[in-house]
This record gives sequence, structure tokens and C-alpha cells, in this order.
Amino acid sequence: MKRFILRRVGYALLSLALLSVTIFLFVRLTGDPAVLLVEPGASKGDLEAVRKQLGLDRSLWVQYVSFMSDLFHGNLGQSFYYRTPVLELYLSRLPNSLLLAGAAMAISLLIGIPTGIIAAVRVNRWWDSAGKVFALLGLSLPSFWVGLVMILFFSVYLGWLPSSGSGTFAHLIMPAFALGWYFAAAHMRLTRSSMLEVLGSEYVKLARIKGLPEALVISKHAFKNALIPVLTLAGINLVIMVNVAVVVETVFAWPGIGRLLYEGISFRDFPVVQATVILAGAMIVVVNLVVDILYAVIDPRIRYDR
Amino acid sequence: MSVPAPAMPGSRAAGLTVAWRLAAFRSKGFPYVACTILVGLAVVAVFANFITPYDPEVGNLGDRFKPPFWQAGGTTAHILGTDHLGRDVTARLIFGARVSMVVGFTAVVVAGAIGTLFGILSGYLGGWVDQVIMRVTDTWLALPALTFAIFLAAIAGPSEMNIVIILGAIYWTRYARVIRSEVLSLKERDFVRLAIVAGCSKRKIMRKHILPNVLNSAIVLGTLMLGVVIVTEASLSFLGVGVPPPKPAWGLMLADGKKGLMAGYWWLTVLPGCCIMLMVLSANLLGDWLRVKLDPQLRQL
Repeated sequence: MKRFILRRVGYALLSLALLSVTIFLFVRLTGDPAVLLVEPGASKGDLEAVRKQLGLDRSLWVQYVSFMSDLFHGNLGQSFYYRTPVLELYLSRLPNSLLLAGAAMAISLLIGIPTGIIAAVRVNRWWDSAGKVFALLGLSLPSFWVGLVMILFFSVYLGWLPSSGSGTFAHLIMPAFALGWYFAAAHMRLTRSSMLEVLGSEYVKLARIKGLPEALVISKHAFKNALIPVLTLAGINLVIMVNVAVVVETVFAWPGIGRLLYEGISFRDFPVVQATVILAGAMIVVVNLVVDILYAVIDPRIRYDR
Repeated sequence: MSVPAPAMPGSRAAGLTVAWRLAAFRSKGFPYVACTILVGLAVVAVFANFITPYDPEVGNLGDRFKPPFWQAGGTTAHILGTDHLGRDVTARLIFGARVSMVVGFTAVVVAGAIGTLFGILSGYLGGWVDQVIMRVTDTWLALPALTFAIFLAAIAGPSEMNIVIILGAIYWTRYARVIRSEVLSLKERDFVRLAIVAGCSKRKIMRKHILPNVLNSAIVLGTLMLGVVIVTEASLSFLGVGVPPPKPAWGLMLADGKKGLMAGYWWLTVLPGCCIMLMVLSANLLGDWLRVKLDPQLRQL
């Protein structure tokens, strides 16, 4: 177990290192970072000063070391637009993103789990086909378009919900639904396949042989076990939601991390863009690590893999 | 075919044979609707210049926000209405199909070429090459695709060429994973061993014996990726880091449509979205069908 955890932590650290190298190199290979890091409209002299100040005249290796030491000290640079440290800005937006992701997750699970169970219990019948169509639609409709159409319908025509902003529960409904929509389809597909697997297992057969009513077999014996992989995926997806909400947050002017990223692009505020990407990657690497270890704790067979 | 493939049932021949193609089209469940839509969109994209008399990038400011012809105030001159600059929506949708198709297909091919190459190298050579490629793949997969794409697009600046390169650079990892696992099982097969005994170089084995056998998987994956790539392109364009205005891209049209959204100009938002949905849905349906037909191993994907 100890060895397993150590190896996983090692892989995660390696991933983080590669991530930093990737981002570091992309910024430097695709152009002059000084151009990205000065404010638009800066003079040639300013550019030269920034280059000196950033140490871009040094070797790549030295630059990388100082880039990493900045990262470890939590120094992600200073926003041009807001004139505050990027990390502070990021942390101030994080609660909004978590709120949105939490609500979207609740919606996606409330839609995905029941439909997935029905599709599995009524496999290959009408409900199952309807579920497949739903899943396909979920994966094919861009979430931001779902958001725009909802604004058109519920805000412009019906006037029921506010079209943008944040603060009240009413503001949360549409963005959460637009974001949760895509994930509902994914959760439905996994619930269905997980349920099907459990329903074919020995202990479900035994429960049926004992003469338990089918409703009890499904709700008590099958459902609980089928839920484990779904909740694992939901945990990973929650972190992914925080980081892919950029389009939905832009549509609804929701002040989360995604909106911060969009502002970073619009105002050519490069430190903000870079920090958002680094933190997104780091968060996902860490969550994957936690899930791997938790799985090994639950299921000892995994520890001996590889 | 130079490969002496073992004649056991279920073994896949290299590439698509003529007999297979005929059988496939006669078999049940072929997605006629999806294919008709895709072919229709392709025809529209190719002959865009002949279909509409309007220039998609130039409008008449006197004709701003004209609704589709069946609504009050609409004219048959602009069947699907005009946008905030008085540009014909029909023309922009038609030329938008061209942009989406060109960007989508090229990006899928670029990603597929890089991914297949690295997948084969990683799977066949093994050792440190495998380790390096797989670690990089894992890391890139850890980054949320859209965030990564936005980051790269913000550095590179908006242009169609950059979008293709960026999408290719992001999505190759998905191919690499799948192709690598295919190669791992392929390289234990008899025809590869025979080729080694016959004195083939590693390069020749990878090119002549491995590559034709993984092409099926690459094609299936490519079809399924087409939808993902088109949605990503639309998202990037919507955010202003994709196809640069005034080019007619569906994502850009949605961004423009936002300006008229609160006034209830629904056609600027609903129509481009429907086009994206039709294309993505068709690509997914075709991809699902191809997956079941061509590559039973990918069914679990």
C-alpha cells in the first residue's frame, strides 16, 4: 500500500512537472513573452525593460528555475487590469465557481441517475432508447448554446428569470442547468452501464431467488453498489466543471473563474490566463491522485496493478 | 495485401475492403439521416458561392436585424433575416458550414496523424520511448481541453490556421492512447513475428504491417472526434479567440447574436446553434455506427 501511494504521488509530481514545462515552453516558443506580459500599447523601451526585469535574456534553464520558484511561493504574477496579485483574484472568484459547479452537479445527478437506472432496468425497451437519444443530445448540444436559448425563452419571452449576473437563487438556475446538461448525459450513461453490470451479478441473483420484490432488489441491493463508480466520476467532474465553465459563465456573466479567464483574454491580461490554466491542470492532477488512492483503499486488488 | 493475416473468424483485414463496404451499406441500422445531413452540409460548403448571391462578410446597414421572411417585417430577399450589420444570415450560415467543415476535418486529420504516429511508436518500440510519450499524454489529458485551447489561442492569436494547429495539438493524445493499446496486442500477432523473422526493419514493420491495421480505429475515433472538435472551435470563436471576425463561423455568429438576444432577435441565436447541433449530432451518429461496425474493441469507449 505504501509503495502504491508513493508511486502514485511520484507520477502526480511528474505530471505537475511536465505541466509546468509544457506551459513554460509554449509561452516562450510561440512568441516573445515580453509582448504578452507588457500592457498593450507599451513602447519599445518598456518592452526592453520588461525583458530585462523578467530575465528573458538569461538561458532557458535559469528562466525555468525562477519560474518554478515563483510558482512555489504562490507568486502567479500581477494582473494588469485589476492591479492585484492574480492568486488573490483567483481565490476571490473561486467560491462563485464552486457554487455554480455544485448546483450544476446536483442537477446533473438528479437527471442522470434516475434516467440511467430506468434505462438499465428497462434495457433495450422504449425508455432505454429515449435515454440514448437524450445522452446523444447532451453530448451534441454546446452548453453555451443551451444557455443562450434558455435566456431567450425564460428571460426575454417569459421574463421569469434574470438573464445574467449573480446574487440570488434565481440567478443560479439557468447557468447551473446549462453547465449540468452535458454532464447529466455522461452520468446517465455511466449509471446505466454500472447498473447493468450489478444487475447481472451473483448477489442480485441471490436476492431475487430469495423472493425479494424487484423494487427492493433494485433500490437496496443493486442501486447502492452501482452508485460507487458514478459518485467517483461525479467527484472528478466537479473539479472539471469548475474549470470548463468558461463559456457558460461568459454567457450569463457569472463572476467565477471561467469569467476571470474570459476577462483575461479580452483585456489581454496574460498573467491571469496563464495562472488559470496552471491551477486548472494542478487541480485535476491532484484530484486524480486522490481518487486513485481512495480506490486502492476500497479495492485492494488495484494495489497490485502494474 | 502483403500481410499473411491469420484466417481466424473476426480477424480484421487491413483497411476497408470492397466486399466489406457493400455489406456495410446493406446492413441494418446505417444512419441514413446523419449521412444525408453530413453530405448535404459538405455540398453546401463546397458550392457556397453558387448557392447564395450575398457576400457573407459585407452587409447593408439599412437592413439591420431583419427577421426571417415569415415574420412581420421580413422579406424574401433575406430568407432567414439579417444580423446587426445587415449581413444576410443565410449566406453566413452557408459559408459558416465551409469554415466548420474545413477547420473540423483538418484538425481531426492533424490530431489523428500526430496521435497515430506517437501511438504506434509508443506501442511498438516500448521502453523509454513509451514511457516518455505516455507521461506526456497523461499530462495533456489532465488539462481541461477547452481551457488549454483558450490558453494556446491566447498566445498564438486568432486565425483559422492557428485553430487547426491548436486543436490538433490538444486532441492527438486521445488517439495516442487508443492506438497504443491496439499496437500492444498487434505486435504479438503472428504476422508481425513473421515479418521480424523475415528481416523487416522496425520502420518497415510499423509502416507496412502495424499502420494499416490500426487505421480502422483511427477512422472511427476521428469520426467521433469531429463533433468534439467542432464544438470546441465554436466555443473558441464564441469567446473571441477562434476564427477572427468578420469571417462567417457559427461560433462567431452566436457571439454576434448575443447583441440582439435581449431584443428578442431569436434567429441570430437559434439558427447557428441548430447548424452546430445538426453537424455534431450527425457526426456522432455516424461515429457510433462505424464503431460498432468497424471496431468491436472500441465499443466500451
